[in-house]
Amino acid sequence: METKSSGSVKRSFAVFQKDIKSELRTRYAINAILLFAVVTVFAVSFAMAKSGGMVAPVLQSSLLWIVIYFSSLSGLAQSFIKEEESKTAIALRLYAPAESVFGGKLLFNLVLLIVMNIITIPLFAIFLNLEIANYPLFFSVVFLGSLAMVGTTTLVAAIISKASVKGALFAVLSFPLLLPVLMMAISGTKKALSPDITFAMARMELQVLGSYLVIMIVLGFFLFDAVWND
Amino acid sequence: MDLKLKLDGLAKSYPGRPVFSKINAEVPAGRKLVITGPNGSGKSTLVKVICGFIRPTKGAVTLHVNGLSLSRIDIRPHIGLVSPDLVLYDELTAFENLSFFAGVAGLQFALSKLEDKLNAIGLEGRGDDLVGSYSSGMKQRLKYCLALLREPSLLLLDEPTANLDDRGKELVDNIIKGHNGIVVIATNESAELEYGDEIVRLG
Repeated sequence: METKSSGSVKRSFAVFQKDIKSELRTRYAINAILLFAVVTVFAVSFAMAKSGGMVAPVLQSSLLWIVIYFSSLSGLAQSFIKEEESKTAIALRLYAPAESVFGGKLLFNLVLLIVMNIITIPLFAIFLNLEIANYPLFFSVVFLGSLAMVGTTTLVAAIISKASVKGALFAVLSFPLLLPVLMMAISGTKKALSPDITFAMARMELQVLGSYLVIMIVLGFFLFDAVWND
Repeated sequence: MDLKLKLDGLAKSYPGRPVFSKINAEVPAGRKLVITGPNGSGKSTLVKVICGFIRPTKGAVTLHVNGLSLSRIDIRPHIGLVSPDLVLYDELTAFENLSFFAGVAGLQFALSKLEDKLNAIGLEGRGDDLVGSYSSGMKQRLKYCLALLREPSLLLLDEPTANLDDRGKELVDNIIKGHNGIVVIATNESAELEYGDEIVRLG
């Protein structure tokens, strides 16, 4: 017999699979994200090349998260905006429970951001001479930071999807909510780039990022029903 | 089956513009309600209010099912909707659309069963085609297939024969006459007024 929670997971996965299939056929979000990410990395690397190519870890980590932040802003809202603009949101509201829609979109946005990171970070490392001193710490910060970013932006995307000035509203609403994530992610990344820094020395950043992502995702599941259905 | 749709003093207005007011109706199982009125009189808005997509300014919509009184979002699992405002995924095939919506609604159908449903609606052999390649009439037929997928007790049809040819209209006629739940039709086609056991005139 199917329990309610196993049913919800299955339905969330169905939404996720549908979004992946749609994205592979339309490339609605991935093109926007990748184009923005690649252009920004190149623009930053050209600017840095003029200054001799030597960039301090604090500046490198800040630039990396600025690239991730703005690239994600250009694409993560699309999952909801597309549903509203193509009018498929009505059928989705009629057939899918709200928590399954949120779960599916969250998973889809996470995959999108991971794909973006897989392409952006090596490019960034090559063109900005990124030297990672502590790989486990670096990838933990990137993963937790991305997850916290996705947890926040997925809910904001649902809120702004019915508005007329979506792009501006998305940036305005997301920035204050993402500020703690960006601060901790930049600080954690800087530590991962600095030699002689152990995993334990970045515990505070990891704990804040972990707690923030849990809060945002739980809050998202609680609030999404009202956002989606009203 | 104990089934009744109750529209109780429904009113909807936007700032400075009343759309409709004092809409009352009680429709038991096997009966049909027709909503009619000129363009812009609020027929589609009333359908959206019944679906729970829009909150009414006043009044309430209640669906009584086997002793339970359901309102707004709880009504949705009992609804089959065909409307110009409901759009399926163009980038997915008809089979993919149907199995996706069935899946998120907690239903499972074998491909052969979905094929039978498409055949019944006149879309034989087109299940693997992208919906984006369908004509507007074929899309309308697919909406009927989706609406009937979970055997809804409340069938809501907004402009039920839009874009359909004569055979399609005949198909819709059979669906409306053969449905043993409640059918709500929003239309301004005079021929479709004859379906109504009860008629609500707007505007």
